[in-house]
Amino acid sequence: MRIKAQVAMVMHLDKCIGCHTCSVTCKSTWTNRPGTEYMWFNNVETRPGPGYPKEWENQDKFKGGWEYKNGKLRLKAGGPMSKLKNIFYNPDMGTLDDYYEPWTYDYANLINSPKSEHLPVARPQSMITGKYMDKPEWGSNWDDDLAGGSEVVPLDPNVQHLQEHIAMEYEKTFMMYLPRICEHCLNPSCVASCPSGALYKRDEDGVVLVDQEECRGWRFCMNGCPYNKVYYNWNTHKAEKCNFCYPRTEAGLPTICSETCVGRIRYIGVVLYDADKVKEAASVEDPQDLYEAQLDCFLDPFDPEVIAEAEKEGINNEWIKGAQESPIYKMAIKWKIALPLHPEYRTLPMVWYVPPLSPIMNHVTNEDELNTDGYIPTVDQMRIPIEYLASLLSAGDTEVIRKVLLKLTAMRVHMRSVNVGGVDPLSESKLLEEAGIDVETVEEMARLLGVAKYNERFVIPTGRREMDDDLYYQQGACSLEDLAPPEGVVTAPFERRN
Amino acid sequence: MVNGLTLSNTFKKVVMKMRNKKNSIFNHLKFLKPGERINDGFTEESPRSREWEKMYRQRWQHDKVVRSTHGVNCTGSCSWKIYVKDGIITSETQQTDYPTTGADFPEYEPRGCPRGASFSWYTYSPVRVKYPYIRSDLYQMWKDERELEKDPVKAWSNITSDPEKRSKYVKARGKGGFVRANWRDACEMIASATIHTIKTYGPDRVTGFSPIPAMSMVSYSAGTRFLSLIGGNILSFYDWYADLPPASPQVWGEQTDVPESADWYNAKYFIIWGTNLPQTRTPDAHFMVEARYNGTKVVGVSPDYAEYEKFADIWLPARAGTDGALAMAMTHVILKEFYVDNPTPYFIDYAKKFTDLPFLITIDPHGDAYRSGRFLHSSDLNETQNLGDWKTVLWDGNSNSVTVPNGTQGHRWDGDNKWNLNLEKDDGSIIDPELSFLSMAEDTLQVEFPYFAKEHGDLVTRGIPVKHIKDKNGKELIVTTVYDLMMAHTGVSRGLPGDYPIDYNDEKPYTPAWQESITGVNKQHVITVAREFADNAARTKGKSMIAMGGGTNHWYHSDQIYRSILNLVLLTGSQGVNGGGWAHYVGQEKVRPVEGWQTVAFAKDWGSPPRLQNGTSFFYFATDQYRYEEKSEVTKNNWGGKYSEMHPADVNALSARLGWLPSYPQFTQNSIDLVTEARKSGASSNQEIIDSVVEKVKKGEIDWSIENPDDPRNFPRVFFNWRSNLLGDSGKGHEYFVKHLIGGEDQVLADAELSWKPETVNVKENGAEGKADLFVSVDFRMTSSGLFSDIVLPTATWYEKFDLSTTDLHPFIHPFNAAISPPWEAKSDWDGFREIAKVFSELAEKHLPAETEEIVTSPLGHDSKDEIAQPNGKILDWRKGEVEAIPGKTMPNFAVVKRDYPNVYQKMTTIGSALKKGYGMKGIKLPGDKVYEELKERLGVSKREGIGKGNPDLYTDIKAIETILLMSGASNGKRAVEGWKSLEEKTGQKLTEIAEGREEEAFTLGDLTAQPRQTISTPVWSGLEKDGRRYSPFTVNTEYSIPWRTLTGRQSFYVDHEMMLDFGEGLPTYLPPLSKGPYVKGEKEAEHDEKSITIRYLTPHQKWGIHTMFTETSAMVQLFRGWQVVWMNEKDGASIGLKDNDWIEVYNRNGAISARVVLTYRIPRGMAYMHHAQDRTMGVPATTVGKKKRGGTHNSVTRITAKPTHMIGGYSQFSYGFNYYGPTGSQRDTIAIIKPLKEVNWLEN
Repeated sequence: MRIKAQVAMVMHLDKCIGCHTCSVTCKSTWTNRPGTEYMWFNNVETRPGPGYPKEWENQDKFKGGWEYKNGKLRLKAGGPMSKLKNIFYNPDMGTLDDYYEPWTYDYANLINSPKSEHLPVARPQSMITGKYMDKPEWGSNWDDDLAGGSEVVPLDPNVQHLQEHIAMEYEKTFMMYLPRICEHCLNPSCVASCPSGALYKRDEDGVVLVDQEECRGWRFCMNGCPYNKVYYNWNTHKAEKCNFCYPRTEAGLPTICSETCVGRIRYIGVVLYDADKVKEAASVEDPQDLYEAQLDCFLDPFDPEVIAEAEKEGINNEWIKGAQESPIYKMAIKWKIALPLHPEYRTLPMVWYVPPLSPIMNHVTNEDELNTDGYIPTVDQMRIPIEYLASLLSAGDTEVIRKVLLKLTAMRVHMRSVNVGGVDPLSESKLLEEAGIDVETVEEMARLLGVAKYNERFVIPTGRREMDDDLYYQQGACSLEDLAPPEGVVTAPFERRN
Repeated sequence: MVNGLTLSNTFKKVVMKMRNKKNSIFNHLKFLKPGERINDGFTEESPRSREWEKMYRQRWQHDKVVRSTHGVNCTGSCSWKIYVKDGIITSETQQTDYPTTGADFPEYEPRGCPRGASFSWYTYSPVRVKYPYIRSDLYQMWKDERELEKDPVKAWSNITSDPEKRSKYVKARGKGGFVRANWRDACEMIASATIHTIKTYGPDRVTGFSPIPAMSMVSYSAGTRFLSLIGGNILSFYDWYADLPPASPQVWGEQTDVPESADWYNAKYFIIWGTNLPQTRTPDAHFMVEARYNGTKVVGVSPDYAEYEKFADIWLPARAGTDGALAMAMTHVILKEFYVDNPTPYFIDYAKKFTDLPFLITIDPHGDAYRSGRFLHSSDLNETQNLGDWKTVLWDGNSNSVTVPNGTQGHRWDGDNKWNLNLEKDDGSIIDPELSFLSMAEDTLQVEFPYFAKEHGDLVTRGIPVKHIKDKNGKELIVTTVYDLMMAHTGVSRGLPGDYPIDYNDEKPYTPAWQESITGVNKQHVITVAREFADNAARTKGKSMIAMGGGTNHWYHSDQIYRSILNLVLLTGSQGVNGGGWAHYVGQEKVRPVEGWQTVAFAKDWGSPPRLQNGTSFFYFATDQYRYEEKSEVTKNNWGGKYSEMHPADVNALSARLGWLPSYPQFTQNSIDLVTEARKSGASSNQEIIDSVVEKVKKGEIDWSIENPDDPRNFPRVFFNWRSNLLGDSGKGHEYFVKHLIGGEDQVLADAELSWKPETVNVKENGAEGKADLFVSVDFRMTSSGLFSDIVLPTATWYEKFDLSTTDLHPFIHPFNAAISPPWEAKSDWDGFREIAKVFSELAEKHLPAETEEIVTSPLGHDSKDEIAQPNGKILDWRKGEVEAIPGKTMPNFAVVKRDYPNVYQKMTTIGSALKKGYGMKGIKLPGDKVYEELKERLGVSKREGIGKGNPDLYTDIKAIETILLMSGASNGKRAVEGWKSLEEKTGQKLTEIAEGREEEAFTLGDLTAQPRQTISTPVWSGLEKDGRRYSPFTVNTEYSIPWRTLTGRQSFYVDHEMMLDFGEGLPTYLPPLSKGPYVKGEKEAEHDEKSITIRYLTPHQKWGIHTMFTETSAMVQLFRGWQVVWMNEKDGASIGLKDNDWIEVYNRNGAISARVVLTYRIPRGMAYMHHAQDRTMGVPATTVGKKKRGGTHNSVTRITAKPTHMIGGYSQFSYGFNYYGPTGSQRDTIAIIKPLKEVNWLEN
């Protein structure tokens, strides 16, 4: 056993209002500068839809992630030999068309326009070429709220897979939102794809970063990541990606996207896992077993053996406590309502999702059916096809999704029975039984999902600077290191720990 | 490593390396050195340094964090952290430090949406207005003139009186050519134009439009305080935006009062009905989402699969504009099941005490049948009651007699203290209001009810139980109850004869089967939802809630749609209950510290009566839209017809004449000259002056401006537009604005000749064009309004000034604080208008004597004795001799007002001593003496020489903030207690306890900046906030027996004003949406060879901006498709050969638009969404139809369609209040044509 701690995230998709605040605050903080115009470390996709970049889930095209072939786990895009062969031309990398040509407007014309015959206007302008364009043709959220309809929705690889289940008709419309950041995987294929070794996963919190001094701009990470969450900065010629706001998490603050998530869908907490199990978990044969295999990597923070081992690894009490109080532990591991996005990519992602509920289909009109479960519609009447959710979150295993939706429904029915009444006790207990959940858990769940106080959503121990050897020096010198005495001169009144 | 991943070294090593300085080549080489392998050899731990990580850390570090907010009409009022680094505003994130809502309740954090999060873009963006700008033609002319003429006022006069010169700069509007000016020149030009206008035409030709004070109340007050002091005309906005739900004043006598969003979490059944909560109440939506985990059921009603349907358990896809039909059917189900089949005690008790259902209505013969008349008054029966005309009566089951309960309109003004809802007589006996005469009927009569769903006819006749009683003269009266009328009207038979439906499946009005043919919603779903809604309310004592908004409100028949929906919350006892009732959110209308704000804003401390004009009427005439009126076929029916067939312009003129609505400019003659003339002809006292003016008005010697809108003397000469984008955003009938008010390049395609003409309003052959002499915009960004202005003044952004913001949706008052000082030449609105006032006063010394007097008319006002001016709701026109012309009774109030023009600046910047006489609003009076002294202490006194010296100092925006906070109950506990005391006197109820626990609290700007504070309960609002309760409207009424400000004092189902009855709208009913356009008969249609589709054109609020604000920011532009776009059904699109993102044009008689199409299957066929307010500044090419000019805004194909019933006044809750009553600028009843646009022409010179 080799215990590591990761600061992980759960997004509760049922709560997502699709507002994109996360995208905007992230962008203003991290990617609001030349070279990063098209970079959305955080983006939100309307589903069904092709996502951003377009059809990123199509791994036949992008060859992202890992595959398990002939008893071996290997990068889908090929091993070191094929990398070397294609080092100056990566055939699987996305192009500008898969992303978009970022645009602005000639705003200054509104104020500066000389006297003219007509009302001045700001024309659209490419941010890549600077040339006027008549109209933008694609964007990072071009298909928001099903814009583009049946011209665009079928580009969703999940839809292509399940064509017979989805009717693109007014009456049968459904949609959901999928906010995405880097998955900070346990088994990151971007890291393995980098010929320069510039990507790494931080030991102390699992954050995956691109070293801006080491990156050589080979760009194999861009499509090596099956989530297409590494971007190429055309200005610096280096890759950049979501950094899980480590400058904030180190201070115990949630990521910008989480802090500003006005739907309050995001939860952050520590998860302990056994690094020695990662390869094995990523190498199970059946993709539908990957979810359970990843769960098996996680460790029970209440287990005395785990605690003892963690302490040995230098994970201190506050971090263990963090793991115990972690909302991620509860949602992903204890209650099993959060699921990994596309586990079949075998990267063992660490941003997990609670699947959304949805309204019943309108053809359900039978009076008895409408009243099942005390006003709350039953799982099998819901609009979003379970197969669709399964394609996203459980490698196609619909039973996994159904179980989660049953738990969420049972929670709502039980809470209604407590707060309003009028729920048939027999049908309530049947539902709880089918969902495999007890009243106490349901009430705890309702609290974390509904009341969701800031300090319950985010349980983040601060970065552990006490491990540093010269905090007194840092206290006075941080940010002024260039003015501080050279190494070796003793300024501390106390003995240095070495 | 190649097969695995790199974990960096153990924690300790890493941290060490982060600090140590290293040789970078050595570092790179480290990569070649193998690290420790783990994970079955799959993973390698790298020893490399992570020094570079500082790079991102430094981005996150900043110098300061400032609390501010966004002054935009979004209802958010969110508190934000503004980050400043190296003196630059870098970004913003939401504050998360709201006071808690309670241990087991979701909190307000984080409030804020993506739009607000993109605001900092504006600070340094290329659309920033950095300097004062004046269009070169005008500026050059001004400079030339000033060289010849020393006196700037004369210089202005020389320019505008010369038709050639005037035409030159007017025609240049909207055509570029701005040049940089300076503040002094701009202020001088503005002041000169204003003085010239006051002298030549009268002060009410100077007009200002600035909306929604709640979003930045000090900046609002900057301009309105100036306009109030000079007698200018201040336009309303809430009604003009169609955000006012006229049903609210009709039902409750209240502008709007709604629950804060946290109260949604208390709801146990939540219907979202035409308001896109996730999209437009973004920071609030989570309360609804989270309530679901607490067991709340959510139902969504919308024509499209809107964002909120994602959260619904059932989606009711009612066709656009048919919501009233759905609600009427639900009313039918609830009345039948919960009142008749299975009477629910909670509902019945509530209906008896808190609604007008038990009140008696006269039944009058009408042909072979009967129709319902007006409320029976105590004065009908005897003379025992003071103000008996205004005391409505009910049948007391205990004494078996007609009884006058407390709390009616008459009790409000009779000087006694019985304005309360106690069902108790003077002798202590208890009143038991009878809802129905069914069990004690003396007779059953066939009564006719109007019916408007046109395919089914227009009258329904149904039996009702009645009683016969004798009036004071011995005449027999037939009466019934409102309840019995409601039952018959909605079709619940109770075994009575008449044209009643047999059951829910009978397609007679208003059954579930009936509605299905209109709304398209499955009747079984309607029955289920209605039943569940009521059952839930019965179980929870009213925790059933309905969120409603633009989708249901922005219609011509908004009031009827809303009243039908309100049936549901009133009949289930859900109103005035936490977690229940209506939740209407359109427009950020709630100024919580309202008593202080309106004193500052309208200069009431100097006693200068402001001119508060309703916006819709003003623009209807100022932009000549009355000339292009279209007679609607649908409103025709066999009912009424006296007023419902009248031209809206004629009704509006009648309304002005009878004192119902304000009307400025007042008279064609200058209001200053009127006093001068009266004095010349011998009048000496104010009363004599008024008498002489009224006499001339009566004789027709003085003309009403409203009847002569195209007379140059009545033009709105000087127009201020600040905190607003009137021309790119809210201006319904945009092209008419451009043509008639601005005189720019328009695309009006309508033919005035073929339009419906008014009778009393003089229509000149050619409408006037370019009515404004000077159009001024104050903004920090260049919008369409700026582009069409003569002068654009640079203002501070929301991160560069001090101000206050409040909203309905949460109980806090948020400050704006300057993160940086205004850059370039920007000034805060407060400082800008102060500069204008200063120059104005300097120039006024010579031109406008200190003792200038003028006549000011004002309408009969709500919450004053005026609301009992016109008894019985009978329309009597003095001009026709139907009644004597008496100011304040049968016509407007008249007052002689002194204007001290040279001292406007002094008055702007100090608090006037008129405050000492007291102040207040909504009938609540607060003592002023103490407040005046407290203000001296808090603000300091003015040391500037002049009449304001020694008064409390109001020089800065910060002082204005402190004034507002100190003077208002919501922010000052003493004021709150004083307010409750004032209400105790009228009601005889004990009330001060509501605020006493917080009496010592007195918020300051500093307090609010440190942390948001929950406001204090005050009687100017109706919700209880003590003990950390969530604000829910009318809980004061239900828990302290305070009447609503209506005729009966109860929540109204029935309204009996003559015009309401003439329109067939006495009771809530269903009226289909209008189908205006695309052309009127005979009009020349646009010619083209393309396929086109005629479609219902809707303008719901958008996702990527708040109105036009934020739409330009880089993030908002790129998060969707850029501008402008129109959504429609993909099959409709395919039918005219469109593919997604193709160019289209949208047009009708009102104008033409060019845009790109967004095709989807989420929207049903037959309708298109052009989301509200994308403005026409970005990416808009020329149209090929019409005049082939630059494509218009979303409002280029809409127009003002004023509903005459919204012009009623002088009658109880139907009495004027600013933003409280008046026709709304509804715009959803529009039909337009869409066709492909084949050729993109950018109209470059």
